[in-house]
Amino acid sequence: MTSAPAAVEARNLSKEFDGRTVVDRISFAVPRGTTFGLLGANGAGKTTTILMLLGLLRPDHGEARVLGHDMEHDRFRALQRANFSSPYVSLPHRLTARQNLTVYGRLYGVADVRRRIEHIARELRIEDLLDRPVGQMSAGQKTRVGIGKVLLNNPEVLFLDEPTASLSPESATWLRSFLGRYRDSTRATIVLASHNMPEVEAMCDSVAFLQQGRLLEQGAPRELIRRHGKQTLEQVFLEVAEAASDQQRGPGDDA
Amino acid sequence: MKASLGRIGAMMTRYTYLYLVSPIRILELVYWPTFNMLIWGFMQEYLNSATHPAVFAASYLVAAVLLWDVLFRSQLGLTLGFVEEMWARNLGHLAVSPLRPLEFVGALIATSLVRTLIGVGGAGFLATLFFGFNALELGVGLALFFLNLVIMGWGVGLVVCAILLRYGLAAEALAWGALFVLQPLCGVFYPVSILPDWLEPIARALPATHVFEGMRTVVQDGRLDTGLLAQAFLLNIPYALAGLAAFLGSYAVARRRGLLMSTGE
Repeated sequence: MTSAPAAVEARNLSKEFDGRTVVDRISFAVPRGTTFGLLGANGAGKTTTILMLLGLLRPDHGEARVLGHDMEHDRFRALQRANFSSPYVSLPHRLTARQNLTVYGRLYGVADVRRRIEHIARELRIEDLLDRPVGQMSAGQKTRVGIGKVLLNNPEVLFLDEPTASLSPESATWLRSFLGRYRDSTRATIVLASHNMPEVEAMCDSVAFLQQGRLLEQGAPRELIRRHGKQTLEQVFLEVAEAASDQQRGPGDDA
Repeated sequence: MKASLGRIGAMMTRYTYLYLVSPIRILELVYWPTFNMLIWGFMQEYLNSATHPAVFAASYLVAAVLLWDVLFRSQLGLTLGFVEEMWARNLGHLAVSPLRPLEFVGALIATSLVRTLIGVGGAGFLATLFFGFNALELGVGLALFFLNLVIMGWGVGLVVCAILLRYGLAAEALAWGALFVLQPLCGVFYPVSILPDWLEPIARALPATHVFEGMRTVVQDGRLDTGLLAQAFLLNIPYALAGLAAFLGSYAVARRRGLLMSTGE
């Protein structure tokens, strides 16, 4: 049996900053048309891993591949077909949402950018925000416009860092459902970083637990819950994280 | 190639929007070139009245100050485009888009050219109104002087961008001040033969020095010294390549150290 090539692949990725290992030899593969969640507490290495997958950060060791392209030497061909959003990196504040989307639409070579923006604005219910400077928007509104930027080029791979972090519960639920529909209708692949366990459990086909840069466990949420005999993914994560901490402390170390 | 020009055009659209949403920035483009030109223009009027005309050619200082502004504005225009992205914390988004670093440089150069033409063009127009300065008196040399100065400005601008990428906005003052270190050496307002002997070879290693020497030859003798222009062009090649190499090298280091997403204050 031959398996289809993964849309996103991390092979032994490692990264150090100032002698401190922030990502430690992690490997995973994300099949096309699925949603993959990188889970972990703040500082676990989720964002660093996504940045290496995007080619924005060069790994010290290992290889990142997106849509078959090596992100060290051939990243632009993959970036043309992917996109990225993070609530922590907003679009330029002085420009309006429409101006920002126009610039990025043209950077991605989108045909008929104006129509595409209007279509996305309807889909994301941000028509009333289009002519407002991004700097005058709330955090949630900026996130929605950021998602609009992500959809401009009909990406085959979406990298989303904490996609619902600044949204109200209603907006977050709506966005999760929207992303699910987008994935199902386009067979896109979604890689998201989050520490919101219920969100990941609801959205992801497979997840990876990260702690201090190490990949502790990976698999389908239901499978992980069953394997560990727990009720929720959060319980699994806590157990796995605690076991990893115990192992790191070593026997006889009570601290 | 078409896609590449499209992405350069997209970035130019971005900088055009910046001027549309804050038109006050247009004032900044013409303010200093005009102010500078007026001060030196009136100074020249005074010197012309107090000195024997043979000593001081009529348009000498105005031409010098306008050409200096071509050099300064081309460097500043390129660097400020880059600084705008740092202020907006937009480098990360750009770096994960299909925009190649060389296309980014192309967009910065094109934007710098437009900014220089607007800034210095406006000042040149006022110089004609106030002092009867006619840039066309520089003849074909004008275009060649202009070309050499903008190329040197872009080379220095790229080195400044490389430093900004490495040290962040802490080095922002370099955007405005970097070229003024070279101004005394370029012989903008005086011949380089005035400089101490040991400084003269350093001055002659700068492309702009040959442009200003050439400008004086045209204004005073009415003759275009092609040798000086050739030296300026030959020197500009390594300057431009060094600027580009510094920028691309710094970009690669920024990718390794994770600086692209965290650029800012």
